[in-house]
Amino acid sequence: MKDGQVVKGIQFKNHEIVGDIIDLASRYNYEGADELVFYDITASPDRRSVDRKWINLVAKEINIPFCVAGGIKTIADAEEVLNYGADKISINTPALKNPDLIEQLAKRFGSQCIVVGIDSFAIKKDYKVHLYTGDPDQSKESNKTTNSWINEVQDRGAGEIVLNCMNQDGVRKGYDIDQLREMRNLCKVPLIASGGAGKMSDFYDVFNQADVSGSLAASVFHKKIIDILDLKKYLQQKQIEVRL
Amino acid sequence: MPKNTIAIVNAGGSNISSLTFALDRLKANYTTTNQIAQIEDSSHVILPGVGAAYDAMGKLKKSNLIEVVKNLKQPTLGICLGMQLLLEYSMENNVNCLSIIEGGCKAFTQQDKYPVPHMGWNNVKFNKISPLTEGLKSEDYFYFVHSYYVPISDSAIGITDYSESFTSIIQKDNFYGTQFHPEKSSDQGSKLLRTFINL
Repeated sequence: MKDGQVVKGIQFKNHEIVGDIIDLASRYNYEGADELVFYDITASPDRRSVDRKWINLVAKEINIPFCVAGGIKTIADAEEVLNYGADKISINTPALKNPDLIEQLAKRFGSQCIVVGIDSFAIKKDYKVHLYTGDPDQSKESNKTTNSWINEVQDRGAGEIVLNCMNQDGVRKGYDIDQLREMRNLCKVPLIASGGAGKMSDFYDVFNQADVSGSLAASVFHKKIIDILDLKKYLQQKQIEVRL
Repeated sequence: MPKNTIAIVNAGGSNISSLTFALDRLKANYTTTNQIAQIEDSSHVILPGVGAAYDAMGKLKKSNLIEVVKNLKQPTLGICLGMQLLLEYSMENNVNCLSIIEGGCKAFTQQDKYPVPHMGWNNVKFNKISPLTEGLKSEDYFYFVHSYYVPISDSAIGITDYSESFTSIIQKDNFYGTQFHPEKSSDQGSKLLRTFINL
């Protein structure tokens, strides 16, 4: 999401516009997506919060849960997003800047609606958390390893973790199975795989080999490379439990 | 109150926009209220569930709604916490609930493969025939978010497996409850809501 449009980049750069928010949300709702996630990628680097009017329009349109991410820095930000009709909020950079925020949000709204997004960059098997990833000029490494941050956010009350493997983002070469499998073992809460889906077998592999609770993808759906219903039928044939 | 108006009981400013949007999509008439007369005169009542049992019961009590809800004769649907309130008690802060349906509500215990809260899509097996589930397919998926559950009893008409098997749809006379959120459960959820408002 950037300026009211849905955009998608490659490894967090060179974003192109892929469609109007409401049209896309209702298409995915209709095609059988189990949940939608909206990232306002410009929110944190611009030091501003999300423009939230569109959340209400999405909530009126779709009948599946959805999560909003981007620049939620305070209880008041979160409350506004949830009041507009989002089911969950996802925090990333603000959680790294102020880890207490996770506890505060979990205590106020319940862990079930607090998702922590983690952007993890791999250098061989060394996984580091990055922040401000919405803007290529500001994106930088934090001082945390992905492993330690995954443990910490759960201790602080995160109800779900979306792990975005940055090396894989937008390149459609498959999920980072090794990393996801390693992190799955640290997770007591649902772990959602993100980054790298390119073909249907990538989804099968990530469920089958990394045992993740869910998989998140953008490019392949935005560009109509994969149809959600076809994907779910394929996964069901391969004995992966899906809602059809 | 016009006929065929649904009263959504909201005793304390909880966020119920997902529910009202779902009713809008069904073109239903509804009003959000804590007024006794409006609730009694409505054709249907929905008891939404947001927050904790203790707070919710406190708010109902403060609005003098406990006896009102217990004595309702029109179709009444409790959603999530709203369903749990229909029982005798909840172990969430050991609170006494409405005692419309026998039994109580227990906490899930955190287990490796079963995080708490139970959150996400899960299927519901219909173990008894009920007007509420007419036209729906057993083992369809619905969307859940909860940390407490109602053990299976004679009132269960839908059952879901998690770390424990629990009651996901309940009915006693004109009182119905769903542990899941029909307003977030895609087409099956919309169908269930439509069935309810046509009861």
